[in-house]
Amino acid sequence: MSRTRFTRRLPALVAVAGLALAVSACGGESPNSSASAPAATADQLNPNADLTKQSVDVTVWPGYTPKELPERVKAKLKFPLKISLHDTNEIAMTKLTASGDSKIDVAFVSGQYAQALNEQGLLEPIHPELIPNLANLYPEATQLGYDKGNKYSVPYTWGTTGICYRKDLVKAVPTSWNDLLSPPAWADKKVTMMTTERWLALPAIKALGYSVNTDKDEEIAKVKEKLLAQKPHLLTYDDVTFGDRLKSGEAVMVEAWDGWCPTTDEKQNIGFAVPKEGSDLWTDTMVIMKSSKNKEAAHAFINYVLDPEIHRWAAENINYKVPNKAAMDQVKIAEGSLLGIKPATLLDGEAIIDLGQGSLKYTRLAEEIKAKSGA
Amino acid sequence: MRSSRWLHVPLWVTYAFLYVPIIVLVVMSFNSGRSAYSYEGFSFKWYAELAEDELVRDGLINTLIVATSSTVLATVLGTMLAVGLARYTRSKTLDAIALMPAVLPDLVLAIGLLVFYGVIQLTLGLYSVVLAHALFSMAFVAAVVRTRLVNADTSLEEASRDLGAGPVATFMRITLPQLAPGILAGALLAFTLSLDEFVIAFFTIGNSDQTLPIVIYSMIRFGVTPKINALAAILLLVSFTAVIAGQRMTKIGEARAQD
Amino acid sequence: MSPSRGRRLGAFVFLSPGLTYLVVLLLVPLGLVLSYTLFQRGRFGGVVHEFTGENFERLFDPLYLDVVLGSLRIAGITTLIALALGYPTAYLIARLPRKWKTFALVAIVLPFWTNFIIRVYAWIILLNGPGLLNSGLKAIGLGPYELLYNESAIVLGLLYSYLPLMVLPLYAAIERLDPQLREASANLGASGFTTFRKVTLPLTVPGVLTGCLFVFVPSFGNFVIPEMLGGGKSVMVGNLIRSQFLQARDWPFGATLALALIAVLVVLLIAQSWAARRA
Repeated sequence: MSRTRFTRRLPALVAVAGLALAVSACGGESPNSSASAPAATADQLNPNADLTKQSVDVTVWPGYTPKELPERVKAKLKFPLKISLHDTNEIAMTKLTASGDSKIDVAFVSGQYAQALNEQGLLEPIHPELIPNLANLYPEATQLGYDKGNKYSVPYTWGTTGICYRKDLVKAVPTSWNDLLSPPAWADKKVTMMTTERWLALPAIKALGYSVNTDKDEEIAKVKEKLLAQKPHLLTYDDVTFGDRLKSGEAVMVEAWDGWCPTTDEKQNIGFAVPKEGSDLWTDTMVIMKSSKNKEAAHAFINYVLDPEIHRWAAENINYKVPNKAAMDQVKIAEGSLLGIKPATLLDGEAIIDLGQGSLKYTRLAEEIKAKSGA
Repeated sequence: MRSSRWLHVPLWVTYAFLYVPIIVLVVMSFNSGRSAYSYEGFSFKWYAELAEDELVRDGLINTLIVATSSTVLATVLGTMLAVGLARYTRSKTLDAIALMPAVLPDLVLAIGLLVFYGVIQLTLGLYSVVLAHALFSMAFVAAVVRTRLVNADTSLEEASRDLGAGPVATFMRITLPQLAPGILAGALLAFTLSLDEFVIAFFTIGNSDQTLPIVIYSMIRFGVTPKINALAAILLLVSFTAVIAGQRMTKIGEARAQD
Repeated sequence: MSPSRGRRLGAFVFLSPGLTYLVVLLLVPLGLVLSYTLFQRGRFGGVVHEFTGENFERLFDPLYLDVVLGSLRIAGITTLIALALGYPTAYLIARLPRKWKTFALVAIVLPFWTNFIIRVYAWIILLNGPGLLNSGLKAIGLGPYELLYNESAIVLGLLYSYLPLMVLPLYAAIERLDPQLREASANLGASGFTTFRKVTLPLTVPGVLTGCLFVFVPSFGNFVIPEMLGGGKSVMVGNLIRSQFLQARDWPFGATLALALIAVLVVLLIAQSWAARRA
């Protein structure tokens, strides 16, 4: 009895396992096998394509583009724009790589991720002739380390990372990354850090005097040690709502990108400091996916974003500096606003670039920091 | 009993634990202030904002599409599976496999499907969630229908077969009508499970259309406002009404059956 | 048509659609996940088809082992509290007058039928730093305390979400008890407590085991509650799996963790059925 059952079950199991392996062997590698292939040959795009027949799907951080952008695109460019959100670069990367066709036409990702996507052969080269507004960019913004000459990405915002704090709730203005890494008693469990790999590591890297692009194992080990020691003193990790946490008083000091530090809040009690050990220069970019079936419209969309009228929205509403000279010239810069930082000063920050296989060390680092138990 | 009044304390503790958070949630939905934490005054403004929120509306539509399609698929497949398992095989292995989607943690199903869809390079969308939801719903439908089959009278089916009717004809004319209440119960269960399902949808939905639970999840992640409370209050009202109505209906049904 | 041919045709007609569906969307995906545990990650996600034992090595790295043990602890504590709260509740409901019984039961299940995410959200509102519980404490001169983003908040969230799953099987087991057994015990002079300990409790052990399993399983593999109420600090194994798939894009290691999750649950199922048979 038991033997007949066994003999009947075994072949079925083997068949299923075999099928699974066969399926995994045929399809699994396709997107990864071309790791060394840089930007593929450019498609022929038709500058006179009928854009009304296209539509553009965008993935972007929440609150990063004007709310009424879809309506404005529809009115001006005559094609529908659909916005979906991602809260971190990593999630955007998963969205763009997990399945066959992500259905995304334009993605907003940080520079080093654009670089990684391009290495994977997933990006459409930018056709400058379809984006006349590229001329609005600062010259500095065309020579950024992750993509010199903006061959496959167009910068949307740029800035640096620092400590955002409540002026009325801190007993001393933070000046060093160490104020965040080993918070004084009055800030214990009232500080937050970002979890996006490279920015999670940034404060410790800079406090230790390393390069933001280090991939030396012994340096990363030191960074890990420092971050683990900090963990019990954190409120939480937060890449998105740290500004709200400051406003509500839940946190008093947070690691923040300059633009998302609400320094112009009506109560005027929030400040921003770039620690003395130095910081980074980050750039958030727009890229067009190779899988997009709406490449002409995608270019038209990016061109529209670079229009000073649209692009300055980011500077005026979310306090991000935009690498668009024409747009910045129109922006009235309020007292205390971080918008006044000039491109030349920004370039003092160390630009984050993709590290190839070395990037995986940061992925692993972030995972290990988050996994370490004991709060 | 002397101490019976004190005996009921655990009961009240449990009910307070279950309902205080819900009550707070609903009260805060009428907050006129911007904060979900401190009550400033009465207002319907968050309900008005909610009514204009396209993401929520689209999420609701998508959820209904997914729940309806997956329920239809799961009900057909699950009913057939239940009949097949109960009448045509005695294999314990098949029984176990049919129940697996209901027993395995949702996270395991979710990553299995994510990997599978990735390997066959499927473009994710609502239909990939429909397929995924039908998978676990089918197991629940099959389980519910089977309990009905076990209690059903088989003599009619045998008579039908003896009279020369094939399995399909026997199924359509005899078994199906007998099973109808079980199938309906299974379908309802499938529909409710799909409406609320988050984990599997989160992994298999892709980027363009989102279901309501995912919309709620991102709303919470990207900042807590009383608008979420307003949405919560409406959903609570809907599901409470549905459960109580369902309860009433079964009661009436039972009363009729006893007559 | 011969009966045996009819049977075979019937088996084919009724079983093949469902089974095909199960093979394609359940067994093949699970087989894939299983096979991934042996491969290396690709740089951009997916897998590189080179065999490695590294995933299992990493699983036993104290760092990750701690997470698995921590999840066991959190799920275990949740289950125990659910039992401590659920047993008296179920017991008292079972002894309510008939007309109140259904009402009391529906009231237990009702929250369970509302959106899961929303139930968890309710606790963010209650526990948050400037939240209501702290405002209440402040009014009586205490706090504020950091109530959110720690292990207790996770336990509370899990308990809130899965308590009905404990009460229902317990209720079923207690309800089925023959009241005459209790009466007999009382007539023989046993006190209420002795009757409970010697009669009621042993006879309801199967219900206890089922309830514990129902609470433990979804708690152990949860990722939403630890993420929303734990602030990404106290990661549970579910978080870790989720983040391997959706953030770190290390599918092979995520698959290995999922295998560990299943292994723990299988061991528990076997233990539960063994204990239920002995009881």
